[in-house]
Amino acid sequence: MIGAAYAIPDILAFVVAALMIVAGAIGVLAVRNPVHAALSLILTLFGVAVAFVAQSADFLAVVQIIVYAGAIVVLFLFVIMFLGVDRTDPVRVEPLVGQRALAAVGVVVTIGGLVALLASSHWVTGAIAVSSAGHPTPVGASNVRAIGTAVFTTYLFAFEATAALLIIAVVGAVLLARRERHMDREGEA
Amino acid sequence: MMLASTVDPIYAHGVTLAVVVIVLVRMLVGFAVLMGAVTIMIWFERKAISDMQSRLGPTRWGPFGLFQTLADGLKLIVKEDLVPAEADRFTFKLAPYLSLIPALVTFAIVPVGGTVDIAGHPVTLQIANPPIGVLLMLAMSGISVYGVVLAGWSSGSKYPLMSAVRASAQMISYEAALGMTIVTVVLATGSLSTQNIVAAQAHGIWHWNLIRLGVVPFVIFLIAITAELNRPPFDVVEAETELVGGFHTEYSSFRFGVFYLAEFMNTITMSAVIVTLFLGGPAGWVPNIPHLRWVFPILWFLIKTVFFAFSYIWFRAALPRFRYDQLMDLGWKRLIPLSLGWLLIIAGFLIKISWGFLMAALVILAWTLLSRTVAIGEHRREGADSLLPTVGERPLPGRVLRAFTDREGE
Repeated sequence: MIGAAYAIPDILAFVVAALMIVAGAIGVLAVRNPVHAALSLILTLFGVAVAFVAQSADFLAVVQIIVYAGAIVVLFLFVIMFLGVDRTDPVRVEPLVGQRALAAVGVVVTIGGLVALLASSHWVTGAIAVSSAGHPTPVGASNVRAIGTAVFTTYLFAFEATAALLIIAVVGAVLLARRERHMDREGEA
Repeated sequence: MMLASTVDPIYAHGVTLAVVVIVLVRMLVGFAVLMGAVTIMIWFERKAISDMQSRLGPTRWGPFGLFQTLADGLKLIVKEDLVPAEADRFTFKLAPYLSLIPALVTFAIVPVGGTVDIAGHPVTLQIANPPIGVLLMLAMSGISVYGVVLAGWSSGSKYPLMSAVRASAQMISYEAALGMTIVTVVLATGSLSTQNIVAAQAHGIWHWNLIRLGVVPFVIFLIAITAELNRPPFDVVEAETELVGGFHTEYSSFRFGVFYLAEFMNTITMSAVIVTLFLGGPAGWVPNIPHLRWVFPILWFLIKTVFFAFSYIWFRAALPRFRYDQLMDLGWKRLIPLSLGWLLIIAGFLIKISWGFLMAALVILAWTLLSRTVAIGEHRREGADSLLPTVGERPLPGRVLRAFTDREGE
């Protein structure tokens, strides 16, 4: 679909979404205060939601806000406030040796992979309703059914594996938290 | 189950200038009506509460003290606007609007009445009918947490911070039960759109989700939404006996007014959402009077909404506040498993009756196992050799306070 004439509202929506995403992402990295960083993250998440709506993936957009902005970042904030992280966190000392070099390698690999994907694969975005895999749904129609079918048939294994992973993570977190409290008590005594 | 398309009929013939004007007017009217409703709601709550407590309540301004809210609003605007020295200024100023905007946006999905013809266009009496429908309400209630949490944190003060920690935990906990009951409604309707949810309940009282889904989802939804609103008996976030004013302790003047407005607006909006999801929205008996048929759905909607607004006031007058740990117990150990179980049973019955009974049996079994687990956990907690805190101790708020004061001492 590359080369098709884009309507001006589409371009506007893309520009707004892209600006929100990039500004938020830079904010997360540049801001010193952890709460402000979390707020920047919310800006990015909203930008992604706008981009989803522009692709008429309404359901994904709203789930993005409910799950990420509405629950996960709130949990980040909860932890930040719970631990009482200071307003400026000194990051001069590297907690892991060689972390920065590894991070640089990771960035190069990720960007290289993305570019390789862009060059080789079919580019479906730009067409309306990516969620229904090339069959444009009428504008405004709900795409919950298409996503539901995809998740519970084609991608069932990945879906169930993710669910299992999350359960394992929760159980592991509970286990670690209990042990920590254990030591906490002994330390006090 | 055949349902109409989710697209607003007004867009059927393309977007013309008249359509744009109608949509804008619809937004403005919605905003004005909501603002007017809030002033009346604040007056109504104060009057009803004072009546239940054998007081008079506001009497001075206007008939029955009706203009008291306007006078209070004016007073708040002209008061001095304070920003505490310890506050995080940007976040402190941002937080009230993060409370207000979700309250305003959520009302957009509520269908207030049927359809009216204006200048040849069929206009639904609803500000917007997005295909994602009720999910917008969940998203907005997710955003409104930030108003409370950031207000509490940015004040740079102990009690608001504790209130913010409570709010973030409480609202996330109850959102799960809330979401699950909404899924039950959506599953039975087969659509996310509030128009379709209302249309599916239009044919008489037995089709209302309140009765059709069994009363359980309705009760869970009512409890969860009350907790989500931080209204009594779940108002541990602003428990004045423990936390001064809670998250808005440090707020004054206009910004405090915005929080106040948002709280009452949320109460009205959520009453309207309950009516939409479980009581058929504007559904009700319509007498055959020419040219006036469109009035009755609005009237039914208003009556139902006012009933729930009143029951919130009633809760506040009648019920003592939950303790924080009781609140968490209710949310995690009762409401979330119950709403999940009920969702599975409804899903089973939607497939086949035998599946429904099978699901019911499985849910009862799971519930028994869960109760046993919880009982064992509580027994161990009470045990003398247990290293976990005993029941008398309140681990969460106490810890926060200790962590906070320790830090200040450094």
